[in-house]
Amino acid sequence: MGIYLPIAEISVNVFVLLAMGAAVGFLSGMFGVGGGFLITPLLIFYNIPPAIAVATGANQVIASSFSGALSHFKRGTLDFKLGGVLLAGGIVGSTAGIFVFALLRRLGQLDLFISLLYVVLLGTVGGLMLVESVNALRASRSGAAPVLKKSGQHNWIHRLPFKMRFRASKLFVSVIPVLGLGAGIGFLSSIMGVGGGFIMVPALIYLLKVPTNVVIGTSLFQIIFTSAYTTLVHATTNQTVDVILAFLLMAGGVAGAQYGAKAGQRLRGEQLRALLAMLVLAVAIRLAADLFVTPPNLYSLSAAGLN
Amino acid sequence: MAARRAFAAAVSLSMLFALSPATAQTPPAESIQIGLSTDAISITAGFSGADLTIFGSLENPDPLIARQGRYDVIVVLEGPPRPVVVRRKDRVLGVWINLDSETFENVPVSYSVATTRPLQDIAEPAKYKQLSLGAQNLYMKPADETDSPATIEEFTAALRDRKAATGLYSENVGGVQFLSQNLFRATVRLAPNVPVGTHKARAFLFKSGMFVKESSAQLEIRKSGFEQSVFRVAHDDSFLYGVFAISLAMLTGWLGRLIFRKD
Repeated sequence: MGIYLPIAEISVNVFVLLAMGAAVGFLSGMFGVGGGFLITPLLIFYNIPPAIAVATGANQVIASSFSGALSHFKRGTLDFKLGGVLLAGGIVGSTAGIFVFALLRRLGQLDLFISLLYVVLLGTVGGLMLVESVNALRASRSGAAPVLKKSGQHNWIHRLPFKMRFRASKLFVSVIPVLGLGAGIGFLSSIMGVGGGFIMVPALIYLLKVPTNVVIGTSLFQIIFTSAYTTLVHATTNQTVDVILAFLLMAGGVAGAQYGAKAGQRLRGEQLRALLAMLVLAVAIRLAADLFVTPPNLYSLSAAGLN
Repeated sequence: MAARRAFAAAVSLSMLFALSPATAQTPPAESIQIGLSTDAISITAGFSGADLTIFGSLENPDPLIARQGRYDVIVVLEGPPRPVVVRRKDRVLGVWINLDSETFENVPVSYSVATTRPLQDIAEPAKYKQLSLGAQNLYMKPADETDSPATIEEFTAALRDRKAATGLYSENVGGVQFLSQNLFRATVRLAPNVPVGTHKARAFLFKSGMFVKESSAQLEIRKSGFEQSVFRVAHDDSFLYGVFAISLAMLTGWLGRLIFRKD
């Protein structure tokens, strides 16, 4: 069944979009990520203009992260204070991102920049996670006890000034890295149409040493607001949010996410991380291939005078 | 002798008299008319491209030429003109990057042609260039005319090629059929991504390879009620639209959890 998207101005198949949303929702429920890093490239492969894919992806992420954050809120694994500080940084980063987005679009380098960011970030995060999870798997197979986080362990981040106490996370840390992390994620959110969970989660765990059970809920909480802000700014400055497209993806996504979360509970943590790492790497490799392989057509058209 | 002269004078006189009705008798110039059954088409949610039928008639055709099939009609549906940037990717350090570009002014977003016969059989290529008729002959005005002709040529070719690849520029040979000596029917394709705006339907009449006359009509293509409203709100009340998009996402997230909850 075809449906005409009013903003993308293109006719698409409803079932393809629902299935796309459900598949990404399943994976995001399973791994506790928003799924934006999968949905935006998928939309671009499906011939949705990148500018619309990015803005609509951000809109879609709100639904899945809101749904996820609700369950974490009920379980009490959500640090509002930490989320709030991340958010303050996020708004700044997001605003900067929107300007860069409009600039790149005018220069005709938006697609390249989005692809490069995806390849570098997904490649790095996926690679690190894969190494870490394979090591953990190997350690558990050889029977050694998993290495627990040493609470006394500190790195350079903990020597920075302006310390703040985050009770729910049992954390006493400088606000600078928290704000910086928030800003970085906000920037990526507006340029890549992602919530940034795939960067936020490892960064909170490995850099700030936030307890893992609080990380996902807090990350989802701040992603709701960052992507809501991104959606709003894209809607007002670029008019590139397609609600029909977003709704179809969300409808598939929220259904898939609940089944995914169920499936995820049957897997062990390090198995889950290894699978997620492979998924992230696969997307990175697919996008990298596009950058390096000679494109079937060297020419592209775009409307002139777009700001 | 005098009688003969008088006779000759009478003949020439009668010829003279005959001349004025004769101007009416030499077949009056052919012309062409087209009519659209509607002056607006709405694109609905289910739109996945369509065929648009345009009827038209030949006025005062020469029956002999018509019987020999030497009248040809080319019907064009031309989308609204917009400026376009064509970009070319080149390899920089192994990565394909958009480097060179050329901007063209007033390129029709879409261009569907229907013809009685293949274009090359109807008239000389020079004729088409002169009329700026046909996707391959359409004149594309570069914004910067100081660029080298070779570059402009290259980007113009790429522009035509890309437009054809997306189905926005199409050609339907045999899409114009004569139903009778006077009446013809043209079928032009509307691509699934046909742009909204004012389109221009134009019909060109050729007689034995010579261009005779042109006729045109306007067609408004717009989104149907709901799609149009969404589009308008998104552009006019973009802030409200954004707030709505966010609320919809939150509501969907919340409902999805209620309905599909597995924990």
